[in-house]
Amino acid sequence: MSELSQAAPVRPEPVVRLDAVSLSYGSTRALDSIMLDIPSACVVGLIGPDGVGKSSLLSLVAGAREIQAGQVHVLGDDMADAAHRRRTCPRIAYMPQGLGKNLYPTLSVFENVDFFGRLFGQDRHEREQRIAVLLRDTGLSPFVDRPAGKLSGGMKQKLGLCCALIHDPDLLILDEPTTGVDPLSRRQFWQLIENIRESRPRMSVIVATAYMEEAARFAWLVAMDDGRVLATGTPSGLLRRTDTDNLDAAFIKLLPEERRRGHKEVLIPPRGTGLDEEIAIEANHLTVKFGDFTAVDDVSFRISRGEIFGFLGSNGCGKTTTMKVLTGLLPASAGEARLFGHEVDPRDMNVRARVGYMSQAFSLYSELTVRQNLELHARLFRLPADTIAGRVQEMVTRFDLAAAIDALPDALPLGVRQRLSLAVAMIHAPDILILDEPTSGVDPIARDRLWQILSDLSRKDGVTIFVSTHFMNEAERCDRISLMHAGKVLISDTPERIAAERGNGNLEQAFVAYLQDAIDRAATATAAAPSAQATVPEVPPPAVEERRSSGRLLGAFNPRRMFAYTQREALELQRDPIRATLAIVGSLILMFVMGYGINTDVENLAFAVLDHDETTISRDYALQISGSRFFTEHAPITSYDDLDRRMRSGELSLALELPPGFGRDVARGSNTQIGAWIDGSNPSRAETVRGYAQAMHTTWLAQRARELSGTGATTAAFRVEVRFLYNPDVKSIVAMAPAVIPILLLMIPAILAALSVVREKELGSIINFYVTPVTRLEFLLGKQIPYVALAMLNFFLLTAFAVFVFRVPFTGSFPAFTAGACLYVIISTAMGLLISSFLNSQIAAIFATALLTMIPATQYSGLVDSVSSLQGVGAIVGRIYPTAHFITITRGTFSKGLGFEDLTAPLLALIVTVPVLLGLGTLLLRKQAN
Amino acid sequence: MQVSNIVQLGLKELRGLSRDPALLVLIVYAFTLSIYTSSRAQPETLNRAALAIVDEDNSPVSTRIITAFNPPYFSIPRLVSQADVMERLDAGLDIFALNIPPNFQRDLLAGRSPTIQLNVDATRMSQAFTGSGYIQSITTGEVTEFLSRYRSGAAPPIDLALRARFNPELNKSWFSSINNIISSVTMLSIILTGAALIREREHGTIEHLLVMPVTPFEIMASKIWSMGLVVLVASAVALILVVQGLLAVKIAGSIPLFLFGAALYLFAMTSLGVFLATVGGSMPQFGLLMMLILMPLQMLSGATTPRESMPEIIQNIMLAAPNTHFVILAQAILFRGAGLGVIWPQLAALIAIGAVLFSFSLWRFRRFVR
Repeated sequence: MSELSQAAPVRPEPVVRLDAVSLSYGSTRALDSIMLDIPSACVVGLIGPDGVGKSSLLSLVAGAREIQAGQVHVLGDDMADAAHRRRTCPRIAYMPQGLGKNLYPTLSVFENVDFFGRLFGQDRHEREQRIAVLLRDTGLSPFVDRPAGKLSGGMKQKLGLCCALIHDPDLLILDEPTTGVDPLSRRQFWQLIENIRESRPRMSVIVATAYMEEAARFAWLVAMDDGRVLATGTPSGLLRRTDTDNLDAAFIKLLPEERRRGHKEVLIPPRGTGLDEEIAIEANHLTVKFGDFTAVDDVSFRISRGEIFGFLGSNGCGKTTTMKVLTGLLPASAGEARLFGHEVDPRDMNVRARVGYMSQAFSLYSELTVRQNLELHARLFRLPADTIAGRVQEMVTRFDLAAAIDALPDALPLGVRQRLSLAVAMIHAPDILILDEPTSGVDPIARDRLWQILSDLSRKDGVTIFVSTHFMNEAERCDRISLMHAGKVLISDTPERIAAERGNGNLEQAFVAYLQDAIDRAATATAAAPSAQATVPEVPPPAVEERRSSGRLLGAFNPRRMFAYTQREALELQRDPIRATLAIVGSLILMFVMGYGINTDVENLAFAVLDHDETTISRDYALQISGSRFFTEHAPITSYDDLDRRMRSGELSLALELPPGFGRDVARGSNTQIGAWIDGSNPSRAETVRGYAQAMHTTWLAQRARELSGTGATTAAFRVEVRFLYNPDVKSIVAMAPAVIPILLLMIPAILAALSVVREKELGSIINFYVTPVTRLEFLLGKQIPYVALAMLNFFLLTAFAVFVFRVPFTGSFPAFTAGACLYVIISTAMGLLISSFLNSQIAAIFATALLTMIPATQYSGLVDSVSSLQGVGAIVGRIYPTAHFITITRGTFSKGLGFEDLTAPLLALIVTVPVLLGLGTLLLRKQAN
Repeated sequence: MQVSNIVQLGLKELRGLSRDPALLVLIVYAFTLSIYTSSRAQPETLNRAALAIVDEDNSPVSTRIITAFNPPYFSIPRLVSQADVMERLDAGLDIFALNIPPNFQRDLLAGRSPTIQLNVDATRMSQAFTGSGYIQSITTGEVTEFLSRYRSGAAPPIDLALRARFNPELNKSWFSSINNIISSVTMLSIILTGAALIREREHGTIEHLLVMPVTPFEIMASKIWSMGLVVLVASAVALILVVQGLLAVKIAGSIPLFLFGAALYLFAMTSLGVFLATVGGSMPQFGLLMMLILMPLQMLSGATTPRESMPEIIQNIMLAAPNTHFVILAQAILFRGAGLGVIWPQLAALIAIGAVLFSFSLWRFRRFVR
């Protein structure tokens, strides 16, 4: 047990020195003037319940979070100073809490580690060597090509460790690295750390952990509670001071009196035998397959009413899947699951009302307070309205939630959240509780409390409890347990008997033994196939070990780090073909639709005549209008009411009223008046209609005059010859198609770029940007490049589409057009990045990008109305908005035959915009969490 | 189906929304500032159109023509030399260039029918059309008046009395303000419901709901009513405060009738939002899909360009889209004061389309959660 504590803990130079460090989230105080020196070159454990500030403290030490108050010195450098941080960060490695939180699930094992290597500026040769060593040492070599998202929890943590160790850090910070990992993987993980420390004895390791038996093996411990340090010292020292024989008990003794009050050992009374053997949960040869992967393989068990049944096994062994089948969330591929003798039917609401389920991830509504969550679930379970308040109160008392009743779940420590989840699962007093790892990441006191509740439920209320766990001391409390591995149940029995049979009375050893057996069996079964392990090339001893890769990192701008992000982003894009396809196919569809849709050719306008005269002359007048391609005549108007109704419904764009005696008056040459009403609701169309009507009226008059006085008698006094330039047929498509390209090249790249950053923020991998030496500019540029490339591909496709499908003639300089487009897509992606720098949720990013691009691009950029004619804010926006300049370039090169020299002004405007946007994005992007 | 579940889950959505300040700010922006600024920015079709004149005649009549062009339709004409005309048009500085040839007045009076040349940048579609018409008629008017002092010409005896109904001054900001409300309604209804669903799935809460006695129908209906309500209230506020109040647009018809139509439209669009969320697995995919659906719907709905100018096949396809009917309905009620008697076919169409979209989305949603 003491291999990790071999190094002498007391050293003159501490690796971390905290001086009066405080940290608050809003009104919550996470750290309260911490004074602490952490010794170097040994493994230091941070122990304490959840929410006492362990993670906050580690993120401050790692430089991932902004320091609010106090001083943090790490490896001798002040972490408040950005220049110092830049120098120190490459010497630190940080693995944040959460399984694989800083990994990229679509990237393979190799690509993940490779990405981190690039972030630290290592060249290809060095990376390959280091990765080979790391993967060999962690046993991940056979899985180099497997996407990180498909690894088991233990493997994810090993991969996380590889990523952290790629640059030979002097300080390794691990935040609950083994939480949610099975005992075998946990054991392997610590063995790994031990091996690494053997080869690099001067490395310091700081670990936060919830497992006290792990903490017992560390050289030095920091016990924390409520944002403060309770005690520090060697494990044996702490045990001596508290006069206890295990760290769980020691920690509880260290707590202030009021926190300890009410805590007692969990003692679960034995079940009375033979009273009630009704079968509550039953699985018969249950099998679940996803494609050709068998998640649950022929699993059978029976759980009787009131029993506490434990489910143990490594991550990804099928525990959660089995539970989901029992709740009706997943259908079984074969076999059956029964609850109280009835087959599970997802449609049967009555069965759902008898089952309470707590899923592995916290899945309550983070936007509702504790009380609102409880009330909502009470209502959804159709508790009678008058009992809800009482029941909620009961739950609050029972699960001790009174202090948090109006808080939002996100603000609560994990232990409290788990209690809330359990309270919610219990709100409707179900007969069966299915709990998927309810105590993962919960501290000892909270865990004991939870088990006390479970014990009461089982023994007093006869509730059947089906629970999965990784904690051996919890497994020991179950009436019976099943060990699961790779979809199969290895053994099912009481914990005592299992421990006695294989582990000399130790359940953990028994568990590891069973797992090892199963793994060996699987290995013999596939022994015929060449072992994957053997395919790994023989790696020379790590000669790179002592080369300090961080020495090359001090440059302000390192293309290799930038391209690390480029390459990763491109890979992710490649792995998500839907996104790329949508972006390309989508813009072509939009081009097609908009090219035809935004149509200012006004043809076939509906008009109708209210003819009071009904003579040849009046009919001739109407005929003249309907004969043009601009107007289509509808059924004659019968009355003023008819006219009113048809105009109101929008059927008619133009209504004409020919007065009585019209023919006579025209023939006589006496004054008469035609009434014409235009539908003014769409003003630009109304203008056009007005122009057409006026023109046709004049033509008709001239024609009448010629007919009366004989041809040629009245030649016009003069003529106006109109030449429509650039677009002689005045075709909408020629005007629109080139103008649509800028709009499409703005919106889609901007959204993709914005999401690429915000997504990292939402999913947590942004932490890699915080704690690695990559600079803000490298990060932004690196992320931008793949989207610029995608947008340029889009650009060529759209242009080809305009030229070959829409047959818009291209008359100008294509290089000038391409140069403009290249600048423009750099701008549009930069706009997306700028937006992403101050937004944190994907939905807000989509919304904001749509709003900030669509409206200015379609309304203020000269698409329909020229910029010079805009007024007010629109005019200002139109003058600086890049789309306006690029529309000038597209129209110029497409229709006006222009080249570089004619387009210097808009090109210059675009060139100036690039550094402005990137500069703003860089300034607004934060290199630390705050 | 339990109505209380639908109510409770809907209230939960509203609470969730109220805790997302960024989204709230965006909603407020979309329905107030965005509508206001873009309506105010809308020029008249012909507003300060840039016109250059090459006067090679320098006669009383040419001067007369030059002084006839004034704001607001045209900017004060810029007098340029023949050599500069093309360069300025190329650079997009002018839209129109009028060339009065040498000896124009002499030829005119001699009855030799001289020709004035008008060059138009036809890539500026809407202005090119209307503007050249205006320029022709202004020029003709000036020349005719000039001539009438020399010759006794009979004024045309038949007058065409043109009046624009519903918006007599053809004020463009009226039109664009309503269009902006329509597009905000469309965009938000899809974003809010779709994103609410995807967020539930990404956070794993949907799974949690499904182990409770809650049906997919109830989940979907709750999202539809709550998000629909938010958009409906926002659009009512925008219509009354921004459009009627700030922009002083005269609304001809009944606002309650419009809101009723809007509610039906929201029913259809929020169902579409749910559908898109079931297709797009992640937020980025949903965002792209939304753009792909949203833009054509907006463009082809008839809000910006009249339906009759579109190819017939597009017109017919767009009859299946709720936007088309809502645009017709909104314009008929708000501009033309149409009542139930006129717009009932659109209401019926919205109900039918909404019902189909809802059923289809529900079917997809059921498969999505299984």
